[in-house]
Amino acid sequence: MINLEFIVNMLSLGSLYAMLALGLVIVYGILRLVNFAYGELIMVGGYTMYLLAGFTPLPWFVIAIVAVLAAMFTSFFTELVAFRPVREKSLTAMLITSFAVSTLLQNGALLIISPRARAVTLPQLFQTSVMIADTSVPWRNILTIVTSVLTLALLSLLLRRTVLGIALRAAADNFTMTRMLGVPANTIISTAFAISGIMAGIVSIFFISRSASVTPTIGAPPLLVAFVATVIGGMSSLTGAVVGGFVYAIIISLLGVFLPPGLLEFREAFMFAIVIIILLFRPEGLIRSKNTGERVG
Amino acid sequence: MLELQEVHARYGTITALRGISIQVSRGELVALLGVNGAGKSTTLGCIAGVLRPWQGSITFEGVPLVGKSPEQIARLGVSLVPEGRDIFPSLTVEENLRLGSFIQKEKSAYKRNLDEAFDLFPVLKQRLQQAGGTLSGGEQQQLAIARALMSNPRLLMLDEPSLGLAPVLVDQIFELIARLHQRGVTILLVEQNVERSLEIVDRAYLMNTGLIESQGTAQQLRTQADIASVYMGIKQQDKK
Repeated sequence: MINLEFIVNMLSLGSLYAMLALGLVIVYGILRLVNFAYGELIMVGGYTMYLLAGFTPLPWFVIAIVAVLAAMFTSFFTELVAFRPVREKSLTAMLITSFAVSTLLQNGALLIISPRARAVTLPQLFQTSVMIADTSVPWRNILTIVTSVLTLALLSLLLRRTVLGIALRAAADNFTMTRMLGVPANTIISTAFAISGIMAGIVSIFFISRSASVTPTIGAPPLLVAFVATVIGGMSSLTGAVVGGFVYAIIISLLGVFLPPGLLEFREAFMFAIVIIILLFRPEGLIRSKNTGERVG
Repeated sequence: MLELQEVHARYGTITALRGISIQVSRGELVALLGVNGAGKSTTLGCIAGVLRPWQGSITFEGVPLVGKSPEQIARLGVSLVPEGRDIFPSLTVEENLRLGSFIQKEKSAYKRNLDEAFDLFPVLKQRLQQAGGTLSGGEQQQLAIARALMSNPRLLMLDEPSLGLAPVLVDQIFELIARLHQRGVTILLVEQNVERSLEIVDRAYLMNTGLIESQGTAQQLRTQADIASVYMGIKQQDKK
């Protein structure tokens, strides 16, 4: 049961969830805002792939990049028009704005495209497997792992080696102090939202590939996963998000193997029971941040 | 260089400043003295753009500051070292310093300022790759001042730099402030330590409950210092 195929599958799920959680936490770390419109960025990525794959002759690689860019732009744009005007007001206002943005984007997809699921044509590679050590490993899983390792490495490089990246980390420590050093708040927040969108866009490629279709409400389950993973890992730490993503994937995969068949449909319930137990022992999540969180406008 | 006129500020319904006017000229070292709750930090917050006064004007080199964002004010050359230092705990010492020179566009300025910082604070050179949060209190204070200096500020504001430090470190910090003043840095110092501050400043304002109680040169104030100490409720043993 626990063989190479299982492990690769678990790692692939874990790296997908880690990217998902990172995209949510990068905004939360700075604004203390859980962006409930985050799932819709995955929907935007999905519909972009559906439209481009169905109605243009573009090669698949280009389509994937445009999907990521579309999610990034949507994230950046929603911050500009929806979150920025209420930022100085209150955190509650921003939270409610995020629900509004989520609903608006979903309804936009309902109206413009269709409430029904639309098939997303994916390249052959996503359906084929490769034989490694006598086990068949789907290419999709290998691609997920490779892409997330590359993405995390690039993100870590950006956050450690560039001044903008250092400023992003500083803003998560203490936003007011960062501004008092002359770092513009808007630049920081726009960058955080853009990175968040890139993460959602990359995730959308692999997430959509699992069902090969997209619906207006496709963003809800990954949003929940991202939220739970960040809670497990620790809300104010990027490392925590990655850890939380993997822990979530490991628990859910193991439950899939060890639960008796009759209980399999309650896998999520068991998952959340375990999360509650983790939080009883580590209320701040697995990775604690060094600073006390401070809310800023 | 810096001028506050009739500045009023409040937090919700609590009035913190009840019309204060102060000014600092280029190259001066001026102190704002007073007990806890006198409104000293609030004054600095208003200048730095973190708080917005509801009445009064603040100008820096003729530019009105009220309504400007903290980042805009920082770019004009006003640098605040807040009470509690506010270094970035998860960033390394080097990254803290690098952000300090964020508004400096040339790379050479960063290198030059870094060398100067090491000159003033040799301990930081040894701690360069350590996380800011792992430094001792005295080291954090040095880092906070070094980070502020990295931007070549025209006006440096220090909020209780001696707070919570061991007596020997307090001496070092006051010596350092005097040295920065000799180098020509314009400094607005907020302190509870009246006696030590009066030893190094040119002029000072004594604040109490949101008002300026008295002002004058260090000499003038020192003659009334005993009266002031009693008046402001500072006991002898508090003056380390």
